[in-house]
Formats: sequence, structure tokens, C-alpha cells
Amino acid sequence: MNRILWMALLLSAGLFAAGALEGEVEKQPLNVSAIIMFLLFVGGTLGITYWAAKRIKTAKDFYTAGGGITGFQNGMAIAGDYMSAASFLGISGLVYLAGFDGLIYSIGFLVGWPIILFLVSERLRNLGKYTFADVAAYRLKQTPIRTLAAFGSIATVILYLIAQMVGSGKLIQLLFGLPYEYAVVLVGALMILYVTFGGMLATTWVQIIKAILLLSGATFMAIAVLSHFGFSPEALFAKAVEVHEKGEAIMAPGGLVSDPISAISLGIALMFGTAGLPHILMRFFTVADAKEARKSVFFATGFIGYFYILTFIIGFGAIVMVLNNPQYLDLAKQAIEGGSPIIGGKNMAAIHLSHAVGGNFFLGFISAVAFATILAVVSGLTLAGASAISHDLYANVFNKEATEAQEMRISKIATIVLGIVAIILGIAFEKQNIAFVVGLAFAIAASANFPVLFLSMFWKKLTTRGATIGGSLGLATAVVLVVLGPIVWVDILGNAEAVFPYKYPALFSVTVAFVAIWFFSVTDKSQTAKEEIEAFEAQDIRSQTGIGAEGASAH
Amino acid sequence: MTHEQVEQVKNNPKYQELVSKRSRFAWTLSIIMLVIYYLFIMLIAFEPEFLGMKTGDGVMTIGIPIGIAIIVIAFALTGIYVRRANGEFDRLSQQIKDELR
Repeated sequence: MNRILWMALLLSAGLFAAGALEGEVEKQPLNVSAIIMFLLFVGGTLGITYWAAKRIKTAKDFYTAGGGITGFQNGMAIAGDYMSAASFLGISGLVYLAGFDGLIYSIGFLVGWPIILFLVSERLRNLGKYTFADVAAYRLKQTPIRTLAAFGSIATVILYLIAQMVGSGKLIQLLFGLPYEYAVVLVGALMILYVTFGGMLATTWVQIIKAILLLSGATFMAIAVLSHFGFSPEALFAKAVEVHEKGEAIMAPGGLVSDPISAISLGIALMFGTAGLPHILMRFFTVADAKEARKSVFFATGFIGYFYILTFIIGFGAIVMVLNNPQYLDLAKQAIEGGSPIIGGKNMAAIHLSHAVGGNFFLGFISAVAFATILAVVSGLTLAGASAISHDLYANVFNKEATEAQEMRISKIATIVLGIVAIILGIAFEKQNIAFVVGLAFAIAASANFPVLFLSMFWKKLTTRGATIGGSLGLATAVVLVVLGPIVWVDILGNAEAVFPYKYPALFSVTVAFVAIWFFSVTDKSQTAKEEIEAFEAQDIRSQTGIGAEGASAH
Repeated sequence: MTHEQVEQVKNNPKYQELVSKRSRFAWTLSIIMLVIYYLFIMLIAFEPEFLGMKTGDGVMTIGIPIGIAIIVIAFALTGIYVRRANGEFDRLSQQIKDELR
């Protein structure tokens, strides 16, 4: 195993060496500090993977790092899982473009966390073992519920993976001058190594390290921006209003979220979607008990909230220090379209700002951190997807007699397959408009995973029939409405007018899911339904008190 | 868990106390969070001018401190919940578990 890891390290170094040679051909400035820092990160995390690989002996170690992660560590890792490159670059880019509107998204992404803590986290920890399907299927029929949950999980994971893979390819192309495909293959290969050899233990530490790097980098940038204005937010905002083409409009809500239906629907997708993301839910099984699970959310909310405040300052910093700075402008594009477009598009605002405040060295650091961020997020996603395949589908549906060794083997095969699928899709989607992908992932998580999970814990009368039909309808509605909505139907398929007028389907698809689950449960008069309702009491006692809950491994 | 154990825990007054106290607390905090968030969303949808009101002579608008405050409140609410749950509620759970043995 040691040799394989070394080979991988050499391989990735080789890829970069090749990229360095081609860098001149691609006419991209070669950023040596970025490459050195990135190699340090890769080397360090592969070292952790090697260390973790020696400690993984059981399925529990693989899926949940033995359940021995502390609340603080897990809070950091959750933050690492959640603060994707999309939120770092995307939200700071949005603030750069539209000012206040960026804050609306940040708040939506954050407010799901307190709700997860109050209603979901401790019950989930008390009832589950490896995946959220353990909880949803606790007193219901294993085969249909696990199949549905696995579908919801895999769909969410793959959509999210596409977004991350395409993002990594474009980022690397821009920052390091490497060909797009190289970056996608490199990300896929590293993620396969982390997850197959290091399981949840390595994934957790990759996320913790990434969270520390990202938070320190963003803190430095925010402080650098504020110090430029004598730590007076008013001075920063005043300068931003002066230079931004929208003027004072950047200080108030703009047209981004215009009608009430879209606003509410987006709010529901962000809030319930967060509580239905399989890779996030899985993190609650890595801690010893409900107490640590609660602490995890407390720390995670703190880190994520702090991070969003930083991205807001960074976005405004970019308005002041990047906008109108000829060094960062895409002159070719400006000649055609006018205005002041920056190199690489608005999502590169934070990257250019890092150069403006800290020169080439800090640009290298932030570039490496952005790439590390993608690696950490895809690892968590792949592990969640592989667990859905091996634990939910294989060990609880197809081969109920499976031994732990067989289940582990399947999870590793699933990791490799998911990695390869992610690479292929990443390359296939290079030139596609992927704006709908993360939105669709959140919509599915909110409309299929969340209602079934939530009602299984809170509603006594939930039956297998209700959960299966309602969850499937929620999933189908989310997919159909996204396809018929403005982003796919008009922007991608080129039709004149959207069949479904709203960008975010969650308000409708979540309602469909809840109503259908309710209806098909209360009309279910079968004998199994009666037994499932009777089993609620014992489940509820375990979820409330933790009696009989999974403990942490001794080692 | 056996049927007798379920009955024993269910009829334990401490269990009933735990369940009623915790669900009241958890739902109250959830509703506070939801109301704050959806009030904010409604303001954006129906009264965007309100959030764009100036706080003083400069460019600062009321929307920015409100937005930051929502982030801080979300974090504060998690702190309030964890403090009570990891203290009072966990003590009650432990007593229920001990009485079962």
C-alpha cells in the first residue's frame, strides 16, 4: 500500500511537471508558489491517508472513523465539507457583482444549521450507524426505503460531483495553466486514493486541514482589505459604492431574488436541502454520542457563519481593489463587450483579490487552498455515495447475508467506480452550462431525502408505502420541474419560454413529497403498516435517550 | 429493547419530563430561527426598500447589519441549545438509563 501511495505522489508530481512544461505553450503564467504549496498539501494528505489506512480494520472504521472524532474536530470537518470552492469563489463573486444579494445566499446556506441541530442531529446520531438510510429504514421495510434513500443519495452525490469536477478543471486551467482534463483526472485519482485507503478517517482530516487553510486564508484577506480602510467598514463600503457601476444599489437587495415565490422556494431548498445532504448527514455518525453530535453543529455553525461574513468582506474588497485595476481585466473581452470584465469571470474575484493584497506568494496560497477545497469536498461526497452503494444497496438489499469483509470490498470498488464516473462526467460537462446542477442536488435532497428522514423520526403514522411513494414523487417532481424551468428549458434547451416559470422548484416538490407521504401513509391499512406504527414507540425512546445507540470503537 | 423496557421508560416521569421539555425548547428555537429567516426573505420579496434604508449620513444601509445579525443569531441559538441539552437534558437521559438497569 505504501508503494502505491508513493507512486501516486510521484504521478501527481509528474503531472505537474508536465503541466509546467505545457504552461508556456498555454501562455499561462507559471505560478511556482502555488504548485509548491499544492504539492505540500497533496503530500501531507497522502501521508495522512497512509497513517489512516493502517488504522482501518472494520467497516465501522471505514464509514465513521470508528466513531471517535470529537465534536470540535467534527465541527471543523463539517465546515470543511460545506464550505466548497463554489461557496468561497461563487459567493464572493456574487458579492463582487451584486453586493448585498450575495449575503442573501450566505444566510440561506447558514440558517439550515440551527434547524439541523434542534430537530435532526441527536436523533440521527442515536438511531443511525453509517448512513441516514439506517434511520429512515429503522422501523420500515429495508428494501424499498434503502433503495429510495440510496437513489436520493447517489443522485445528490453525482450532481454535486459534476459541479466540483468542472469547477476544479476550470480553476486549474486558469491558475496553473494545466489542461482541463489533467486537472479532472488528478482530482479523481487523489480522491480515490484518500477514500479507498483512508476511508472516513483520512477524509475527516483532509477536511479539517482544508477548513483551517481556507479560514486562515480568508481571514488574512478580510483583514488586509479592512486594514486598507483603517478598519472602517463605512470607508470600505463608501469606496465600493463610488467605483461600482451599480453605485448605491449594491448596498440593498437587487433583482437577484425578485418575486416572493422564488424567494421562499430558494429558502426552502437551502434550508431543507442542507438537512438532506448525505455527505453532511453521514458526519454525525463519526462522533461518540449525541452530546458530541450537538457540539459538532455548534462549532460548524460558528465556522461557517464566520466564513460567510469573511466572503462578504472579500467580495467588497474585490470591488475596491480588483475592479478597474487593468492588471486583472480581460482586455480582449472588454474590447468586445465593454464594461470591466475580469480574467476568468466573476468567480475569480477572490483569486485576483488575493494577488492584490498579498502578491504572487499569497495568490499561490489561495489557489492551492481553492484546489484543496475541491479535493476535500469530492472526497466526502464520494465516501457518502460509496456508502449508499455498499451499505444500503449491497449489504441491505442485494446480499443481506454479506459479511463485513464483503461489504468493505464493495465500498472500495464503489469508490473507484464513482471516481471514474466523476472523471468521465467532469470531462463530458466541460462545455455545458452547469448552473442548474447544485440547485438540482439541493432540490432532490430537500424533496426526497429530507421528508422521509424527518417524518421517520417525528411522525408515528409513517408507513413504508407512504415513505416510498411520497419520497419518489418528491424526487420526480424536483427533477421534472428543474428540467421544465427557466435554466434547463430556456437557457440550455433553447426553448422560448419555460413551462415552469420558477428557477427553484423546492416549494412545490417538497410540498408534493410531504402531502403524498401523509396521504399514502394514513390510507395504508395493511398489517405491516400496523406493525410499523407500533414500532415507533421503541424507536422514539432510543432516539430521545440514546438507549441502545451505537457507541465508539474501543481502539 | 424489550417490550417491558419500553413500558418502563415510557411510564417513567423523568422520561415524560425530558420529552416535553426538550421538544418545547427545540421547537421554540426552530420557530424563532424560521420566523427571523422568513421575515428577512419576505422583506427582500415585498419591501426591498426597507433593507436599503440608510443608517446615517454615509452609504451604510440597515440591511447589512441585519444580515450580519442573522448570522450571529443563528450561531447564538445553537449555543443556547447545546448548553441546555448537554447539561440538563443529558442529565435526565442518564438518570433514565440508570433507572433501567
